[in-house]
Amino acid sequence: MFEPVLLKNVDMPDGHLLSTYEAGGGYKALAKVLTDYTPDEVVELVKQSNLRGRGGAGFPTGMKWSFVPKGADKPKYLCCNADEGEPGTFKDRIIMERDPHQLIEGLAVSAYAIGAETAYVYVRGEYVAAIRRLEQAIVEAHEKGYLGRSILGSDFNFTVHIHCGAGAYICGEETAMLESLEGKRAQPRLKPPFPAVAGLYASPTVINNVETLACVPHIVTRGAAWFRGIGPDKSPGPKLYCVSGQVRKPGLYELPMGIPLKELVENHAGGPLPGRRIKAVIPGGVSAPVIPEPGLEVGMDFDSLAAAGSMLGSAGVIVVDDSTCMVKVATRIIEFFHHESCGKCTPCREGLNWVVKVLRRIEAGEGEPGDLEQLEMLCKGIFGNTFCALGDGAAMGLRAALKHFRDEFVTHIEERRCPFH
Amino acid sequence: MTMREEIEQAAARYPDQRSAIMPALLIAQKEHGHLPGPVLEEVADILGVERIWVYELATFYTLFHTEPVGMFHLQLCDNVSCMLCGSDNLLGHLEDVLGIKKDGTTTDGLFTLSTVECLGACEMAPVMQVGDDYHGDLDIARVDALLDRLRATVRQATGPDLTAAGTPGE
Repeated sequence: MFEPVLLKNVDMPDGHLLSTYEAGGGYKALAKVLTDYTPDEVVELVKQSNLRGRGGAGFPTGMKWSFVPKGADKPKYLCCNADEGEPGTFKDRIIMERDPHQLIEGLAVSAYAIGAETAYVYVRGEYVAAIRRLEQAIVEAHEKGYLGRSILGSDFNFTVHIHCGAGAYICGEETAMLESLEGKRAQPRLKPPFPAVAGLYASPTVINNVETLACVPHIVTRGAAWFRGIGPDKSPGPKLYCVSGQVRKPGLYELPMGIPLKELVENHAGGPLPGRRIKAVIPGGVSAPVIPEPGLEVGMDFDSLAAAGSMLGSAGVIVVDDSTCMVKVATRIIEFFHHESCGKCTPCREGLNWVVKVLRRIEAGEGEPGDLEQLEMLCKGIFGNTFCALGDGAAMGLRAALKHFRDEFVTHIEERRCPFH
Repeated sequence: MTMREEIEQAAARYPDQRSAIMPALLIAQKEHGHLPGPVLEEVADILGVERIWVYELATFYTLFHTEPVGMFHLQLCDNVSCMLCGSDNLLGHLEDVLGIKKDGTTTDGLFTLSTVECLGACEMAPVMQVGDDYHGDLDIARVDALLDRLRATVRQATGPDLTAAGTPGE
C-alpha cells in the first residue's frame, strides 16, 4: 500500500503551521544531517536515491549538486524554482500554501549539502496566498532556530528569501530565472557556463523545483532505498500528479512514479464526465506532446513517457474529451507559447507568431490547402533551433496534435468550418 | 512604513540593488495602483539604479501595469484547462454584464477585464484572479455573485450611495 508523504499535511486545517509540521516528524531530517552527515554524504545519499528533478527536465538531483565546485571563493546560492507556470500544473502552489515547512526543510538540507548560506525562492507573483504562507513559515522557522545563524547548535548558517515574480512563464527556464533574480528581463542565458559553476551573480548556483526539494527531507528520514523502492528504478519516488480538464475529479494526487496514465485518470480522477469519452490526455503540461486515448496505458515516469514520444514534464495531466476540438486546443497552446516567448531568438519569436496565424485561420474555417505542410515546415524551423526549450515545447506539442489528430485539421480545411461548433 | 522604507527593506535581501527592482515595482504598484513614468523614476532614484533598467522590467513583465486599471482587475484564465471547463462562456458573460470588451475598463472605473495565462489552479478551473484572491469552480451564477460582492465592498467603503437616494448632503 502506497503511503503519501508529500501531501500528508495538506488537508490538515493547520498544515501550514510549524507545530503541525513538527508533530509529523518535521525538521528531524535537518537535525539528522547536521549531526550525522557531512555535506558530501548528503549529496551521496540523494545520488543513491535516484531522485530526478520534478520541474520537468528530470535531471538527477544529486548529480546536479555534485557539479558545484568545492571550496569556491564566491558564495554559493540555492534557488528554488517556484515559478510554476506550465499550464495544467499546480502542485508546487499547494505545497507552499498548505505545507510550506516541508519546502523550507528541503531548502535547508539541500543548502547544507551544497554549501550555500542563502536561498532565494522564486515564486510566481500570482501566488499571493503561497507567498504569505511561506513568509509566515520563514519567520516561524527563524524563531525556532531552523533558519538563521548556528542552526540547531551547528556551524551551519542559512537564510531563505522570497523573490516574487511578475508574470513571465519563461522564468521557469532556470537561466531566465537567474536573469530575473538579478533584476533583468527574463531571457535565457547561453550555456555553458552552467549555473552550478556561474549562476546567480556569477556564483555557483543550484536551482531545484519545489517538489524536488520537498522530497529531500523524506529521503534523509526514510533512506535512499525506501525512495528507490517506489516506482521504476531509474525514475523512482513518490510523485505529485496534477489532474485537470474534462474529468470527474480534478485534483492533486500523490502516487508512485510510473503508475499508468489510464489508472490515474480513470481510477483516481474518476474518468470522463457523464456521457463523454476521453479523446486524449496531455500528460505533463502543455509542453508535453498529447497522447491519444489508445496510448493511455503508458507509465507516468520520465523514461516511459519519453519512449512513448511524450514527456512527464511537470506532471500536469490535462484530460480532453470527445466534445472538444483538437484544433482549438492546439491553437490555444501555441497562442500561449507565442505570448510567453521572451523575444530573444527569431525562430521562437517570429515562428510562433506565424504558427498562431495559420492555426487561427484553420480553426475559423479559413484554412487553405498546404496549411498543414506549412505548419510542419514551421515546426522544423523552430525545433532545435531556439535558445531554450520554450520553442521546442511548442513545436513538439503541435507536431503531436498534427500527427494524432490530422483528420480533424483536414476536416476544418475541407469543410471550411470547425465541425465542433 | 513609507514606500521608500519598504523598498529599502526589500533591497537589503540582495547583494545587488538591481535585483530589488522587481520587488520595488510591486511595492510601488501597490501604493499607486499602476506604474506611470514618474513612479518608475522614483523607484530608480530610491534604488540608485539606471532608469532604463526600471522601464525595461515594467514593460517586460505582465503583472506590472504602466496604464491605470480598474479598482477590481478581473483576470480570467483562458488557458487549456480553464478553456476545457468553459472559460469562453464566462468571458462572453463578463463582457455582456460589464458592457466592456476584454482589456477594457468600466466607465465607473470599478472593473478591468483581462484574460490571463494559466494561474496554476487548474484543479478548480475555470479560475479568475481578482486582486490577490483566486476564485475557482466558476460558473455564470458564481461570477454574478462575485461581482455583487465586489460592488458591495465599494458601497461599504464609501458609505450609502446618497446620490442614488436623491438626498445629497444629508
